[in-house]
Amino acid sequence: MAQGIRIAGLNKIFSSPDGASVAAVKDIDLEIAEGKLVTLLGPSGCGKTTLLRMIAGFEEPTSGDIWFGDKRINDEPPNKRDAAMVFQSYAIFPHLDVFENVAFGLRLRKLSRADIEERVKRVLEQTGLSGLAHRSPSQLSGGQQQRVALARCIVMEPRVLLFDEPLSNLDAKLREQMRIEIRELQQRLGITSIYVTHDQVEAMSISDDIVVMNAGIVEQIGSPHTVYARPASRFVADFIGKANFIPATVVDDRSVEVAGRTLVLPALQGLEAKSRVTLVVRPEAVGLDRNKGDFTGTVSRVMFLGNIAEYLIKIPGIGYWLVDSPNPGETGLFEVGQTIHLSPSRSSIHVLD
Amino acid sequence: MFANARQELKLLARDPILLALLAIIAASIVLFVIYPLGKVLLASVQVDGQWTLAEYFSLAERRLYRNALINSLGVAALVGVISVLIGFVAAFVLARLNVPGKSLLHYITLLPIVSPPFVSAVSILFLFGFNGLITRQLLGLNDFSIYGFHGVVLSQVFTFAPIAYLSLRGVLASISPTLEDAALNIGATRWQTFWKVSFPLSLPGIAGAFLVVFIESMADFGNPLVLAGAAFPMLAPQAYLEITGSFNLARGAMLAIVLLIPSLTAFAIQRYYLAKRQYITVTGKPSASTSKIVNEPAKWLLYALVVLFALFVAAFYAVIFLGAFTKVWGFNYTPTLDHFIYVFDVGLDTVKDTLIVAIISTPISGFLGMLVAFLIVRRTFPGRTALEFGSILSFAVPGTVVGIGYILAFNAQPVVLTGTLAILVLCFVFRYMPVGIQSGIAVLRQIDPSIEEAAQNLGADGLTTFRKVTLPLIAPAFFSGLVYAFVRAMTAISAAIFLVSANWNLMTVQILNQVGSGRLGVAAAYSVVVILIVLVAIVIINAFVGRWSRHSSMVRY
Repeated sequence: MAQGIRIAGLNKIFSSPDGASVAAVKDIDLEIAEGKLVTLLGPSGCGKTTLLRMIAGFEEPTSGDIWFGDKRINDEPPNKRDAAMVFQSYAIFPHLDVFENVAFGLRLRKLSRADIEERVKRVLEQTGLSGLAHRSPSQLSGGQQQRVALARCIVMEPRVLLFDEPLSNLDAKLREQMRIEIRELQQRLGITSIYVTHDQVEAMSISDDIVVMNAGIVEQIGSPHTVYARPASRFVADFIGKANFIPATVVDDRSVEVAGRTLVLPALQGLEAKSRVTLVVRPEAVGLDRNKGDFTGTVSRVMFLGNIAEYLIKIPGIGYWLVDSPNPGETGLFEVGQTIHLSPSRSSIHVLD
Repeated sequence: MFANARQELKLLARDPILLALLAIIAASIVLFVIYPLGKVLLASVQVDGQWTLAEYFSLAERRLYRNALINSLGVAALVGVISVLIGFVAAFVLARLNVPGKSLLHYITLLPIVSPPFVSAVSILFLFGFNGLITRQLLGLNDFSIYGFHGVVLSQVFTFAPIAYLSLRGVLASISPTLEDAALNIGATRWQTFWKVSFPLSLPGIAGAFLVVFIESMADFGNPLVLAGAAFPMLAPQAYLEITGSFNLARGAMLAIVLLIPSLTAFAIQRYYLAKRQYITVTGKPSASTSKIVNEPAKWLLYALVVLFALFVAAFYAVIFLGAFTKVWGFNYTPTLDHFIYVFDVGLDTVKDTLIVAIISTPISGFLGMLVAFLIVRRTFPGRTALEFGSILSFAVPGTVVGIGYILAFNAQPVVLTGTLAILVLCFVFRYMPVGIQSGIAVLRQIDPSIEEAAQNLGADGLTTFRKVTLPLIAPAFFSGLVYAFVRAMTAISAAIFLVSANWNLMTVQILNQVGSGRLGVAAAYSVVVILIVLVAIVIINAFVGRWSRHSSMVRY
């Protein structure tokens, strides 16, 4: 049932009538193992939705191939692809009730009445919609509409599930709950899934792998941990979480020099001495101390966020660093103007050349 | 460019049924819209196989034709101005002011739209004719003649002001009243607010309504034929007379082309210039839309004008009903059923023919209109703009031109259709499809395309998506397309009069014949029957479409 997806050399060039052309997706190669959930993550206009719509068959690739399992599906029309999609706007049929929305695809497959009844009931149960079968879509809340859209897809037992920013219209709390439900359902059913989002927290929490996209190209593919801790580019580091970018010079295969200070790092192979690099330092990976540390600076802004305190600290000769300090309610806050010492955690520093 | 076209065709070819339908529609539009027009143009520059512009010179040489052109243009312009004035006041009062009886007034004002084109002409003869109730009986005038300029203008204003009202109502409803509130709030007087805010915002709509009425008036055939009289020639009836009276095809074709040019120009301005300047200031739900820019006395004055127009309409209908039951209007006011007995005895075949033509052409026109709207909005294919233009072109082409085109085009090989049911049905389908297409396009553009993508995604092909999802969603447009097609099929005259035959005759043509032979009572009885059939049909279509899309009324798109 579930099948892996393979994408090779995929391009999409949109040309406007006046002759100008825009490459929305450039030379993308991607492989998704059977049963995995992969997120396409990137800012708006990065090509992630275009890529998804090419997989669904709503856009025609300019060149390149898409495979489901060992079947090339480029020339299959969207209604033959068996790749059920949850739309950003849900796209519930407003003239049909919940039951009929979910039964829509099954009816087209000409299943028996009893079969349809049974499968729809089961899926409505799985998605927590049992009591709402005969409601009209306009009588449903946003979260319920979202569930109908999901139920309508999984009742088809598709080869592939596609999600186009499905949670972007929900409020924060519901979004969190729905993404847990989607992930649990996807894992239980084992359907290969592609999930488009611009929300990095959503991507981190739901995916086996994240594909970070920017301006039509893939910046990095990796597990949530990898893309966060070992970003392949400055774009990835910046887009996923917050980061301080610190210019440095390689000293030897064990250390770098930052504004006159030498830092010894655990892994620093393959970089030539004297080459210029950028250190990626996450705000939460910097220790603050009143008395000692690697660098000295003054607090220029304090923001109390409850679980953390976020400081902007000015370090002479380097610039500003963003530093998160956990549990500020307990430890107390530093004050603006106060002199402070900073020590980045060596193992958390990532080097970009 | 060509690579694009090939790509688009390749995509479309994945849905072979849809591609086939598209090909059939495109071919039909060429055959039944473009080709007849080409034939008219050709006939106007060819006499006995020789290329010549002689016919067009006769326009300069003969006063009759020159006057016909001047008269038609003058009437159309004046009717346009008066209709827009009435339409604007009615739209403003009924859409924006808090006055009693709004919905009743609304429906009365709309009545002329669903009536045969002669209701007003016949009523005018009843009231102001040589034996008219007002001119002869009440005022005792002996030398008053309603025929000519004033008769045609009066009759057309009655017929077309409702069209201006309907389109201006839409324009006013799309202008947010909060803009007026804002102007008042920053210190503008009511007068300033109207002239500096409300009026400029509705100006493109006003111009659009004027042009629509102008086109309709130029194209109108029935009212001029009955009321213009010999001393006041007008283009549409003159073209008809040239062909049926003098069998001068070339001259008729020339007059048709002369008639076509101002109509097409007005249509082009309306569509490609004004449409882009329409100010839509509402994005979501309209807020409470009671206007505060008129004070109480002004409000009641405007209201009185609207009531007066509605009374005028109601009086015309009352006269038609009374006339249908009156022995000889003007001489003998004894109640009688004779006229109806005549209609259902001698005229029964005509009643049946009319119904058959309308019942066949209405669903075809309705479905085809929605399908074309769907293809135009939701699919990309080479020649899409041309298809859209071709499919709505016939809206701007006067019926007289279409009628002449059809007899020229389908009287000889390769396609012979004269005298058949088919020629009437085809003419009506392609003539009355544009309104369905336009409203279909408007509604469809407001519906999220992902709803239809979802259907495809769940396994529906193009045609299934159209049938199971698109059509129910655009039910309101479908309904108005069906109603329009049926009403027009029941009330059409200008093109149909060239196409009827001994085998297939229409009630409107009968009405005209009866008026021509002075039997106004029978004409009135026919009119009453047409009006009743149309009203019953609207109720039936409403119930049918309503049941079939039962949920969509609960849904806000």
